[in-house]
Amino acid sequence: MTNWNDRISPIVKSVPPSGIRRFFDIASEMEDVISLGVGEPDFVTPWSIRESCVYGLEQGYTSYTANRGLMELREEICFMHKRRFELDYNPKTDVLVTVGVSEALDIAMRTILSPGDEILIPEPCYVSYKACATLAGGIPVPVPAKAENDFRITPADLEPHVSPKTKALLIGYPNNPTGAILSKEDLEAIARFAVKHDLIVISDEIYGDLTYGDTKHVCFAGLPEMKDRTILLNGFSKAYAMTGWRIGYALSNPDIIAAMTKIHQYTMLCAPITAQIAAVEALRHGEKYMRKMVSEYDKRRRLIYDGLQKAGLKCFEPKGAFYIFPDITSTGLSSEEFAEKILMQEHVALVPGNAFGECGEGFVRCSYATSIEQISEALARIEHFVNHL
Amino acid sequence: MRELLELLKHDARRPAKELASMLNISEYEVEEKMAKLEKDKIILSYNTLINWDKTGENTVTSIIEVNLTPQREVGFDAIAERIYRFDEVRTVYLMSGSFDLLVIIEGKSMQDVANFVATRLATIEGVTQTRSHFLLKPYKKDGIIIDDKEKDRRLVMSI
Repeated sequence: MTNWNDRISPIVKSVPPSGIRRFFDIASEMEDVISLGVGEPDFVTPWSIRESCVYGLEQGYTSYTANRGLMELREEICFMHKRRFELDYNPKTDVLVTVGVSEALDIAMRTILSPGDEILIPEPCYVSYKACATLAGGIPVPVPAKAENDFRITPADLEPHVSPKTKALLIGYPNNPTGAILSKEDLEAIARFAVKHDLIVISDEIYGDLTYGDTKHVCFAGLPEMKDRTILLNGFSKAYAMTGWRIGYALSNPDIIAAMTKIHQYTMLCAPITAQIAAVEALRHGEKYMRKMVSEYDKRRRLIYDGLQKAGLKCFEPKGAFYIFPDITSTGLSSEEFAEKILMQEHVALVPGNAFGECGEGFVRCSYATSIEQISEALARIEHFVNHL
Repeated sequence: MRELLELLKHDARRPAKELASMLNISEYEVEEKMAKLEKDKIILSYNTLINWDKTGENTVTSIIEVNLTPQREVGFDAIAERIYRFDEVRTVYLMSGSFDLLVIIEGKSMQDVANFVATRLATIEGVTQTRSHFLLKPYKKDGIIIDDKEKDRRLVMSI
């Protein structure tokens, strides 16, 4: 009998399966599970955005678009970066509209990595980073961020991992899973590091609109001399509650965007026109809805931060995204044991920290993109769990 | 204060403990602030939004446009007061445009409401005209969609 598994490319085989599969299967069967394990907003896309897409369909907008995306969407993306970050991108040459940031990430890696090239990836981080680098033929070099530093990456953390083959650095702040953000000073230090080693920086800023308190997001490409060196990735999924639309974009210098467009053109052709129309509406009129959602997340953030501490779990205050990353080492359990036990005993789903890199061991990721009522109930269950170990 | 009011507006039954966490203040401070807001009549009441259709109870709501002859010295206020003192009257607004007061009345039946309008409201001195509209079906009230079919369709876990 043919062993089909032998025919699968070793590169694909080398990529590990999702770290949450096991928990997902158990949680899916539970009736009364409260999930803090969801990596997407609990809000539905604001109505005005949905309505614009419905109208577009009625008008017969069902065709391909330009490979790079609808010009009006590219223009809105550039306006927004000009308005918010004083960045001048040219909609004709510097923007590529993609099928979510996921696609942008994939083709950015394929564009810049040759076989054997290394890319520095601070961890804990979103699970696709390493996989995309590997699938692109590159070598992901994980760089653990320090818990005592609230998981903010520094040049001192990065420096020992640099080799002659290091070609790029990937940063994702505000961070999934930790909720950490980098200040302007932190980012400036990273920028100096990138110049020193002449690295391309992929900056995944999908959670950029989701920052809280007085902290404003700093766009990495907006730092002096970083614009051309940076492949800035962003999208609509998190801030505009548009995960299922699959729409994102990349901004960079014309050469890199042209190369990325080449891959995009042969593999994806273009992002769905329906989602592009909706994204135009999001940028033109969606900011007030987005701000409202952000202020909702902020209330939940404060509730869960306070509640986890009262439950006896140490955590730093997350300033971005919609995750909190409590330290569970005081329970004597590993991340996976904690996640499994609390799911079986209390019916609370959360994600073990080691799913996001080895240095996430000893932590769990809780998403607060869920209702206040659910968060309150989850906190009561977590407290009960921790006190009855 | 604005934040506390926003939270209460959305859900007045939120425990002080939760409010305290979200506002980063103590429970005692939450209670103190709420007491002050009530005393200052900034918070007037804590209401419950009820979908009466589902209870099988019959209530009839009528929205009435009322035209008035304003009075010397007091304008519309004195007549408005004579109207809003009736228990049947749930809401009264002074309006710009083609009529003066918007009055919302609740009664047990159309007959009930019609009676009230004919015998009590329309006969008040200064009321020159009334136009009644009966409410047929509420879709959304005070920001809440009455029969919202949207639900959480997300996968139970995702990274």
